[in-house]
Amino acid sequence: MPTVAPLDLQGHCIAAVFLGDVPHFALADGAVHRLDHGHKTVQANDGLLAAVYDAANDRLITGGEDGKIFSTTAGGNAAELASAGKKWITSVAAGPQGAIAYASGKTAYVRFADGKTKEFLHPRSVEGLAFSPKGMRFGVARYNGATLHFPAADGKPVELEWAGAHTGITFSPDGAFLVTTMQENALHGWKLADGKHMRMSGYPGKVKSLSWSAKGKWLASSGAPAAIVWPFSGKDGPMGKAPLELGTRGNAMVTSVACHPSQDVVAVGYDDGMVMAVRFADAKEVLLRRPGKGAITSMMWDKEERRVAFGSAAGDCGVIDISA
Amino acid sequence: MNDAQTTQIPVTVLTGYLGAGKTTLLNRILSENHGKRYAVIVNEFGEIGIDNELIVESDEEIYEMNNGCVCCTVRGDLIRVVEGLMRRPGRFDAIVIETTGLADPVPVAQTFFMDDDVRSKTRLDAVVALVDAKHLPLRLKDSREAEDQIAFADVVVLNKTDLVTPEELSKVEATIRAINPAARIHRTTRAGLALSEVLDRGAFDLSRALENDPHFLEAHDDHGHDHHDHDGHHHHDHDGHDHHHHAHPSDIHDVTVQSVSLRGGEMDPKKFFPWIEKITQMEGPNILRLKGIIALKGDDERYVIQGVHMIIEGDHQRAWKDGEKHESRLVFIGRELDAERLKKSFDACQAA
Repeated sequence: MPTVAPLDLQGHCIAAVFLGDVPHFALADGAVHRLDHGHKTVQANDGLLAAVYDAANDRLITGGEDGKIFSTTAGGNAAELASAGKKWITSVAAGPQGAIAYASGKTAYVRFADGKTKEFLHPRSVEGLAFSPKGMRFGVARYNGATLHFPAADGKPVELEWAGAHTGITFSPDGAFLVTTMQENALHGWKLADGKHMRMSGYPGKVKSLSWSAKGKWLASSGAPAAIVWPFSGKDGPMGKAPLELGTRGNAMVTSVACHPSQDVVAVGYDDGMVMAVRFADAKEVLLRRPGKGAITSMMWDKEERRVAFGSAAGDCGVIDISA
Repeated sequence: MNDAQTTQIPVTVLTGYLGAGKTTLLNRILSENHGKRYAVIVNEFGEIGIDNELIVESDEEIYEMNNGCVCCTVRGDLIRVVEGLMRRPGRFDAIVIETTGLADPVPVAQTFFMDDDVRSKTRLDAVVALVDAKHLPLRLKDSREAEDQIAFADVVVLNKTDLVTPEELSKVEATIRAINPAARIHRTTRAGLALSEVLDRGAFDLSRALENDPHFLEAHDDHGHDHHDHDGHHHHDHDGHDHHHHAHPSDIHDVTVQSVSLRGGEMDPKKFFPWIEKITQMEGPNILRLKGIIALKGDDERYVIQGVHMIIEGDHQRAWKDGEKHESRLVFIGRELDAERLKKSFDACQAA
């Protein structure tokens, strides 16, 4: 039976992550809470809007209302990495060789490990940012498509066009596919080798959470009463294939998904705070957490594949131990 | 009012050309002691002289929705900013959005109807247009936006009235009235009006929208040729000069927006609803706003209706009072509206 160690906080949880095996919860007010032999807190941004876990450096990168970028590492060390003025930082991404990217308005910035930064101006707002897992390359989600930049070189960016507002972006772990979330209830994908389009639509709500399964064979998504899981193991991705629908509930919407680090299992969080684990092969479900106060906003598995940290929009966060 | 509505944060949209007085009004909203806290979304921090952590700068980002409807536009930047603000809702009581001088108010308003996340947490309270009394005629000559802003407004603040003669002022007001017969007009200098006239108006709240304006469409019916006296129906002080009683299109140059005000008796719901549905589907791109109070046959409550382009909402408002005339009133504000056809088809919806 899974057990839950709750951490009841005040406010909207933006990110629930493990840093050095310690669960951390970054809230919208910029406080980063952790369960490390008791409840401890460190202040990062003055108002937190975007956060990403930087796996290579085991740190949390956050951007906020204060126009600043913070890095928080295990033990509660929060440090300012960069500042972009008075405007909100709306998106952050972590890349190879210690590089990070962040966006404010129409400008995307890349900060290299040595502290040098490079600006990338766009005609429209930068809505989402992600680094490719391979090479020094990052993608920008924007109105009517996505733009790929090569920040280490001075080459021209690659433009990928698809009508509509693209709000978020992710690369497949092998770097072969690029997928965006859209303002309309759909995902859009490109096979980068040939630019082929992939339309993934039919969601009743906006897709706000995406998670690649082990080795990038599947892409799990929120935005429906079930986790919608698209197959990406074929060379053309999910084209012409139907997705899996896992953890279907009649009266709740999936708001967060987090794939297991090695197995074909996904943790599914719902708008009523419930969390389930579902296996892809047979759609078998295990209840991990009963409904709580608010929608699940973020989840992450630990390296030992034993615990899931979760955060909610109402602040009732915690850690689920599935081995107990 | 249900619980969902009470927890929704009201949003006021301020439109108006550069120099019309938006910043003056915003500074008043931010500095006066009214007991409420406002988050303000601006295009540029620039002129607001007040340091407030809840002033957010945002780049106007208009998104056409991929649904084949050209008038279905939203403001992507507002979706993001409102979502961000609403994650820390305890900090403010209401939101004010200041648009640029040239901004189209339609995508701003539609954001609050079309985006589910925004809609669940906030509600559009009113669209307020600031108009510079001296420069409006010039603005109308050189742009369409100035006209759109007036056409779309619930409240028009006719500002800088001290810079024009009484004759010029009444002409400007007649122009505004010709563009938008349903808006409330306030004459001001230095945007000096009670903030309660622009904030928390509930203009988009169907149960309140027309309650604020008991004389909705009574005095300014410019569709037919019925003559309505102006006594007591204006919301400003009269200063004794002659009014233009009719806003004849020929009197007013540079106006492309028209309004069609319709009036009738009790409507047959089986005819009226399919009709309004069809009109907004077919004429949606031409309709900037529509508002109305409808008397439905066999219904003892007033039905209020409003729309923005193809988006339309309606609900029962309150019971008809004893002795109150069961009358239907509807105004369309837009372009290329076929007044005759609208009137005929509206009349055909009347209950036998």
